[in-house]
Amino acid sequence: MRKALKRRFMLPGKAVRRLFSVLAAGSMLILAGCHGKEGLQAFVIPEGFDESKEYEITFWAKNDTNKTQTAIYQQAITDFEKLYPNIKVNLRLYTDYGKIYSDVITNIATGTTPNVCITYPDHIATYLTGANQVVPLEELFEDGKFGLGGSEVRFEGPEKEEIVPKFLEECTFGGHYYAVPFMRSTEACYVNKTFVEALGYTLPEKLTWDFVWEVSEAAMAKDEEGNYLVNGQKVLIPFIYKSTDNMMIQMLKQKDAGYSTKEGEVLLFNDTTKEILSTIAPHVKSGAFSTFKISSYPANFLNAGQCIFAIDSTAGATWMGTNAPLTDISEDKLVSFETEVMAIPQFEPENPKMISQGPSVCIFNKEDSGEVLASWLFTQYLLTDQVQIAYSETEGYVPVTLKARDTDEYQDYLARCGEDDELYYDVKIKAARLLLDHVDHTFVTPVFSGSTSLRDASGQLIENTAKSVRRGQRFDDEFVEKLYDDMISLYRLDQIRGAGGLAFGKEDLGSLPATSVILLSALGAAWGMILLYVAFRLIKKKQGY
Amino acid sequence: MKKLMSMLLAVMLVLACVGCGSQKDGATADGDVKSEGVMTYAEYAAAELDTEVVVETYVQAKQSWWEDKATVYTQDKDGAYFVYNMACSEEDYAKLTPGTKIKVTGFKGEWSGEVEIMDATFEIMEGNYIAPAEDVTSLLGKDELIDHQNKFVAFKGMTVEAAGQDENGNDVAFLYNWDGSGQDGDDLYFNVSLDGNTYNFTVESYLCDNTTDVYAAVKALNIGDKIDMEGFLYWYEGVNPHITSVKAAN
Repeated sequence: MRKALKRRFMLPGKAVRRLFSVLAAGSMLILAGCHGKEGLQAFVIPEGFDESKEYEITFWAKNDTNKTQTAIYQQAITDFEKLYPNIKVNLRLYTDYGKIYSDVITNIATGTTPNVCITYPDHIATYLTGANQVVPLEELFEDGKFGLGGSEVRFEGPEKEEIVPKFLEECTFGGHYYAVPFMRSTEACYVNKTFVEALGYTLPEKLTWDFVWEVSEAAMAKDEEGNYLVNGQKVLIPFIYKSTDNMMIQMLKQKDAGYSTKEGEVLLFNDTTKEILSTIAPHVKSGAFSTFKISSYPANFLNAGQCIFAIDSTAGATWMGTNAPLTDISEDKLVSFETEVMAIPQFEPENPKMISQGPSVCIFNKEDSGEVLASWLFTQYLLTDQVQIAYSETEGYVPVTLKARDTDEYQDYLARCGEDDELYYDVKIKAARLLLDHVDHTFVTPVFSGSTSLRDASGQLIENTAKSVRRGQRFDDEFVEKLYDDMISLYRLDQIRGAGGLAFGKEDLGSLPATSVILLSALGAAWGMILLYVAFRLIKKKQGY
Repeated sequence: MKKLMSMLLAVMLVLACVGCGSQKDGATADGDVKSEGVMTYAEYAAAELDTEVVVETYVQAKQSWWEDKATVYTQDKDGAYFVYNMACSEEDYAKLTPGTKIKVTGFKGEWSGEVEIMDATFEIMEGNYIAPAEDVTSLLGKDELIDHQNKFVAFKGMTVEAAGQDENGNDVAFLYNWDGSGQDGDDLYFNVSLDGNTYNFTVESYLCDNTTDVYAAVKALNIGDKIDMEGFLYWYEGVNPHITSVKAAN
């Protein structure tokens, strides 16, 4: 069986050039708006929903290359279409947020955006560069007829207060709600407890970075034949991190160091970042640490007994552990061990901090407000208990509504942890519980146009450090200085630095360039001369010359 | 000095003509005569991971281009090189037609068993070679197969087996994505057997999208069909051929 190879071939966050192309395109859209050319008008909630009209909407959805998730989307569409026979929903499936991002950007330029789209808030910030592209949702939330809990909604969706407030807040920026959360996850450290104990250590209640580095180095001991003592194999990478952007972001947050301001000022390239990289570098050199981009999925190494600490999303829990229901490695490579699901390592375990992530849903604006309303109704349907519970059970996700979480059905699901290695797979349910227990310790990074690039750069700092060290390059101040310059240049971070939050809808375009001023002045002067000439001719004519 | 330069240019012209000649008959390559500082395939194969490698090789197929990064299958007379995310402008990518000779400088890496050249740069050189598909059917299931990693290969006389079930529980000959979670345009996965052993093959949609003959051919497969295939011997936690051609077995 094969996992989503596309994740490697189409790595998210490489859309730098396209990002800036769309920024330019977005600016043109804004300019077009400013100069009164035809563009999308801001969405206004219609008085009613025209049931005599047929609506066909497209839903771009992301799944984790998981058949059950696909089936849940399809079932949700079937059930929704029964409730609203005049709305047809076309599903387009993606397995990669980066590909959705890239396709949306392409389709903004051609005016063919989907109606409803699974996305990340960081990405929405870019979509917003085009005026009125993404529908602000706060008025829809509150609408008495079609809003959350509205009187004319044909299903029992959540009230606004029933959406986990912290998750809903993650969808606000620029003073508006531009999305609703769909699912939430965080990262977990999946630990081969058997190996930790074999090395003479006891897992602490809460992982620290020091502990993980120490055990990882201890695991590097080999016998005379070059086999690692802990696993008896020729291959061992004790610590593998899937998402190095999350690694850097969380380490900085735990250290209370700068990353960016809410306004979009880049703070990433600081001394704490350097300190983090200098901590990582020797562990790369010893072979104790690697990344997904360099080596492969942490799960493949963990399940083969070639990794001790595998950090990946809780939404990847079904791939983790000896009895994982999903696996990419052949059965003969599987090693038997006890898996512990723990929060990511901390610098201050008493004050844990971890990322909140997972898909959100945004709605793209259209000329027909009825079509947008149809999109909103479908979006709300994704928040119903049946969709929330079913989808969350496919992985280590948690429902985003308190309503779904409080159901007997969901509580029963949690309580049956470990009953089997499918629906009740213990690692998966423990991963979900990890987030449920730590919602208040989660955070997100500021969203602004360009925040996707900053996120990519933060991960690339680690990736480039790791690759360079593996290739024998010296890690020193000069290296870091050049690395910082390279990242700023590659991700064009100098173009977003200090931009003050950038564009949400119509941005202040600032003063006109000098050439434009000269051109406009010349045009003004020419018109002035023409008018003067006309006036002069009229006067002369009147005076009988 | 001018005479020397003229001589050099003449020699280069002759060498280039020899290269073009070998391109026409398609049987041999000048790939085994390497330039100064360029590794032979054997030297490349022996190089340690994470070391710099320099090879002269020939583009066999292009898999993807994304934000100035190209992923290509290349091969010379002696072996194959998968070049992952090589720095490449869109303009240069258009020049990388099958057979094009390139000099690649990058680092040897391994990702889930796939040995490749990463973080590479390249320059286009004079010369052309298209590798014939090497029949490796008899090596399926054997350790020696990995020696042919990334080569353009052929599998002959294999039988299509069920890849999974559709939503009604009926056996199907292929799946969109490995578990059937995808849709038209995604990778196709199908199973083929030989001598009682079953292997999982892929039509990688970036390499061969849903407008290609092979994509249509796999969608038209029936369980029990006997087929011949060609493709590239990609690796992901074991052999995972990226198929580019499917035909009824002779």
